[in-house]
Amino acid sequence: MGALLLLGIPTLVIFAFFLSPEDDNMKDAVRLLYIHVPMAIFAYVAVIMTGIGSVFYLWKKSRWWDTVAHASAEIGLIFCGLVLVTGSIWGRPTWNTWWEWGDVRLVTTLVLFLMLLGYLALRQVPANPEIRAKRASIVGVITAINIPIINRSVEWWENNTLHQKSSLTDGKLENLTLFTLFLGLMLTGVCYLWLMTHRFRVGWLQTEIENEGALGVLQERIAESTASSAETITKEDGEEEVI
Amino acid sequence: MSHLGYLLAGWIIAVGILTIYAWRLIQKGKALSSQVPEHRQRWMSSSQDT
Amino acid sequence: MIMRETMMLRDAWLITRKDLRIEIRSRIITNQIAPYTLLILVLFGFALDADTETLRDTGPGLFWVSILLVAILAIQRAVDIENSDSAQDRLLLSPISSLSLFIGKAIGLFLQLIVLEILMMIAMVTLFDSSIDNFLLIIVSAIIATIGIASTGTLYGVLATGLGVRETLLPILLLPVLAPVVVGATRAFGDGFGRVNADGWAWVGLLSVVAVLYTVLGMLAYGQLLEEA
Repeated sequence: MGALLLLGIPTLVIFAFFLSPEDDNMKDAVRLLYIHVPMAIFAYVAVIMTGIGSVFYLWKKSRWWDTVAHASAEIGLIFCGLVLVTGSIWGRPTWNTWWEWGDVRLVTTLVLFLMLLGYLALRQVPANPEIRAKRASIVGVITAINIPIINRSVEWWENNTLHQKSSLTDGKLENLTLFTLFLGLMLTGVCYLWLMTHRFRVGWLQTEIENEGALGVLQERIAESTASSAETITKEDGEEEVI
Repeated sequence: MSHLGYLLAGWIIAVGILTIYAWRLIQKGKALSSQVPEHRQRWMSSSQDT
Repeated sequence: MIMRETMMLRDAWLITRKDLRIEIRSRIITNQIAPYTLLILVLFGFALDADTETLRDTGPGLFWVSILLVAILAIQRAVDIENSDSAQDRLLLSPISSLSLFIGKAIGLFLQLIVLEILMMIAMVTLFDSSIDNFLLIIVSAIIATIGIASTGTLYGVLATGLGVRETLLPILLLPVLAPVVVGATRAFGDGFGRVNADGWAWVGLLSVVAVLYTVLGMLAYGQLLEEA
């Protein structure tokens, strides 16, 4: 997968920059969209995965799902942050502003970013792993549920937005543009999976080490008490009770 | 190409940050895996964990 | 079925009364939090170097930001009450269900916040020279927004406890989740104060959705959290 990515990125760049045509309204700035849009999509995917992982953890108490939730949240954070950054950079030449408070999509994405920060902050707190996992899952579920609902309802209630209406569904995209976008989408997807695999591994190893630590202490204690009770037997025959 | 500055900035930041993150993930993976004994490293399905 | 519901509500009311009684005796709200509320408004007044026009325009926003900040304090207070002297354990041992506990605490928080909001409203009308256009809108939106804040706050209060970092963790967890409440409430207030050309009642709709959603989520998740907190 890694190799695929390494090949894919230059290809995408070539397509994005050289082969695909200019857009009418925004000229070349459209070329930013080839990463901005796929990352936005996969940021949402990542958050949904966190939500799913959290739900499954709450249901099955499975460490596997919990690790998935955690990994996906971190990747989601990065994607989300990049969406905001690339979006802002795109917005500057196009709308002549770095940020626009009135736009729903912008603000909800920012809020999502903050929620992910909160989730990860909770994750970092040193605590009993099960408690932490359970609480994080609840936060994870709330985060995941939040975004589509709030997004939809605010859009419904306030209809003005500077944000680009979805050209994809309009069907007005030219062939090459569409293809490049598609390519970007594929690549981002592969990127997400690749990152997930590695992040999951890191997360899994981390919990292993934590558990190892806890187990190690437990084993030491057991060893201590067996050693001392063995001493007790040898020292005082039947005078003291063996624990 | 119009807006080249913005374009480059955007792309470089995006690809750059992702690359750095990926790099650090791999590094961390290697560092951690040296600490954990081999048999505990594999995971297959959710039914297997404690 | 009806019996159980009534019992549950009665239990919840017991909890609310307990919390309020503790509050009345300790007077933390009146002595510390209410002045803090006022102080925030005054600080904004200074900072914005205001002419009255600006203050009237920004009033709704300042109002709700202040309430959120103050709510954090109130939530921490509410959770601390349970944590002292293992009151929590005794509560769990009693036959009161965690659902009643949640509702009770949420209502208690709600009432405290409403009192603070009334105070702040009075301050705003005097200090910022705001005039209320649509009383009903203001009252309804405030009530619904506060329901949302109270239930989310009760849940997140417990969520952030026991880990030793609550003071710093609670804001970053709670405030983004309450962002829609801020948006909705501010718009509604803007309309209610006659400053903004928004449809306040539509925003009340949003606030209601949020309030219902968070209350339900709170009710579901609260019990789970209490078991091991």
